[in-house]
Amino acid sequence: MKTIQKSLICGLILCFLFIFNGPSLGAEKKPYKLGAIYSVTGGAALMGDPQKKTTEMLVDQINAAGGIDGHRLEVIIYDDESDDTKARLLTTKLMKTEEVLGLLGPCATGTSMAAVDIAQEYKCAMISMGASWMITTDPKTNKVRYWVFKIPLDDKGCVARIYEFLKYKGINKVATLTNTTAYGASGREALFAMAPDYGITILADEKFGPKDSDMTAQLTRIRVSGSQAIIGWTIGPTQTIIMRNWRDLGMTNIPFFQSFGFGNRKTIELAAGAAEGINTLVTPGSVSTLLPDTHVQKKVTMEYTLAYEKKYNDRVSIFGGSASDALRLFVDALKKVGEKHTSLEASRKAIRDHLENTKGFVGQHGVFNFSPQHHMGLTKDAYVMVVIKSGDFALAK
Amino acid sequence: MEKFTLGSQLLQFFFTGLTVGSIYALVALGFNIIYNATEVINFAQGEFFMLGGLIAVSLSMTFGLPLPLGFVLSVGIVTLIGAVFERVAIYPLKRPSVLTLIMITIAASIIIQGIAMLVWGTDTYDLIPFSGRAAIRIGGAVIQPQYFWVLGLTIVVVIAFNLFFNRTTLGKAIAACADNPEAAWLVGINVKTMVLISFALSAGIGAIAGIVITPIALMEFDRGPLVAVKGFGAVVFGGLGSFTGAVVAGLLLGIIESLFAGFVHSGFKDAAALTILLLILFFRPSGLFGSIEITKIKKF
Repeated sequence: MKTIQKSLICGLILCFLFIFNGPSLGAEKKPYKLGAIYSVTGGAALMGDPQKKTTEMLVDQINAAGGIDGHRLEVIIYDDESDDTKARLLTTKLMKTEEVLGLLGPCATGTSMAAVDIAQEYKCAMISMGASWMITTDPKTNKVRYWVFKIPLDDKGCVARIYEFLKYKGINKVATLTNTTAYGASGREALFAMAPDYGITILADEKFGPKDSDMTAQLTRIRVSGSQAIIGWTIGPTQTIIMRNWRDLGMTNIPFFQSFGFGNRKTIELAAGAAEGINTLVTPGSVSTLLPDTHVQKKVTMEYTLAYEKKYNDRVSIFGGSASDALRLFVDALKKVGEKHTSLEASRKAIRDHLENTKGFVGQHGVFNFSPQHHMGLTKDAYVMVVIKSGDFALAK
Repeated sequence: MEKFTLGSQLLQFFFTGLTVGSIYALVALGFNIIYNATEVINFAQGEFFMLGGLIAVSLSMTFGLPLPLGFVLSVGIVTLIGAVFERVAIYPLKRPSVLTLIMITIAASIIIQGIAMLVWGTDTYDLIPFSGRAAIRIGGAVIQPQYFWVLGLTIVVVIAFNLFFNRTTLGKAIAACADNPEAAWLVGINVKTMVLISFALSAGIGAIAGIVITPIALMEFDRGPLVAVKGFGAVVFGGLGSFTGAVVAGLLLGIIESLFAGFVHSGFKDAAALTILLLILFFRPSGLFGSIEITKIKKF
């Protein structure tokens, strides 16, 4: 009896072992793990929410189609609550503990700047969705950061486009209205640095905090300064408040340009009509329906727009577009080099190298051409200047 | 281009300052009611402000109720929330220390914000202005009609306050509890009920402030703490526990902020108000209207 019991028990144990480890004895492939840090809550939630939704939608699409060469794609998404410190901690968590192959985000300038050192330390590629040129280039040494890439055209490029447009309209005296976050500060620096190149003088330099609820004082000072145009550089609810103040103070005869942080139709809604006549820069991806059929990005942008709007019953924005571009860039890298290496370090390096050499990649934001000197793959002509008309974007002339 | 004289600018900044200051004043009044009844600083005061605004938005925009009904209902609901908060978090405690009570209100603030985020998400919300957006021009300054609603409602609340605390028995009973809870209890005043009413009133006032400012400044789930800090600044500035002080200090704080942003530098306007606050406290620690004897007697 005892021997039979013993062998029965051994048999059961073997069965359990087989059942629970059986699949790995087979040929199932290891999932590809990526990390993502988005500001789903907090001041930058307008960006983080569509980014999270886009990522989830694309991951589902990819896995439904069999994954990347049979490997399931897993993206761990964390919320940094628009807080730079949290972004830094979460980056460490993803790169050190979760051992991800690459990082999507963070989505804002401040949070991205907090993460760049971690990416360099853990030698893991990061594709930021923030604006500032300082994310990919160290301002102290003017050298490109080896492990950091970014999607959106940087603020320098956007400022150049806005100044080009102003020059074309014959405007050379402007006022700047920027917020005090890293995004606003970097934008302001770019505005000041590039003004002389376009013959522009800045007559008023106004600032406000990201949680301020009234900017009539700043706008009144701008009114006094005699500026011919106002350039606002901020994201979050303050974008809407400055437009409402602009309209409420009766200043609509002074052209108002908002930074590309505006690029979201929700902001137009919230402005309750105050956005009419405002100019801003958006990605071709946000106005896919306005693009001519011959436009190189037409197919890719229409695909994304239709899928996103159908699934979430919400219009696309430039923010979701960055998430789409970043994920597709990683997927492209994984397809080409994902199976070549077994160690984490080698995989991360291979992915980074592939990203750095990607050329002619058609995305929502433009056609990307990366190189060792350009970790932001777009030129200043990537974006489209629009004017808000009847509550929607229209191409500006 | 019309000439924008110094006088017009002054008027513009003055009106903005008065409007923002009225909000600080209302929030400060709320702080003082509860402080007077319980010696507690209710750090969740900002959340009543936020809830008032967001609930009014939901009632008017989502459910389509007429604005006056939405206003009254929102104030009513938030008042109820204030009362429930008191019964659930404050009433059950036996001889709590002031520190414990403060920690509870901070925790409540975080919890309420979390619930608000679940209900309304992280989006920013707008409320239709009470009487349209046609700007009114006064001496070169451009003023939104909603500003007058803010000022008007603040005046109404302050007058109602005075009448309540000086002319009604209930008001006098609450004031008695603030003065000396044991003596009040001895003359038959139910101190626990007075505390309940104080929280309810304070929540209601916070809600009024939140609703009336939303058409101008919009509202989101995490707007509470910043307003609470400024309102508390007004409380200290005006003298802890003094209603007159709260109103005067709130208005002054708003005007100083606005004038500083307008004439000196917009980036440092928060620093300006708080620096003045610090200066006042160095020279007159009990605040503008506070009395030094009372400051010494009160535990906090």
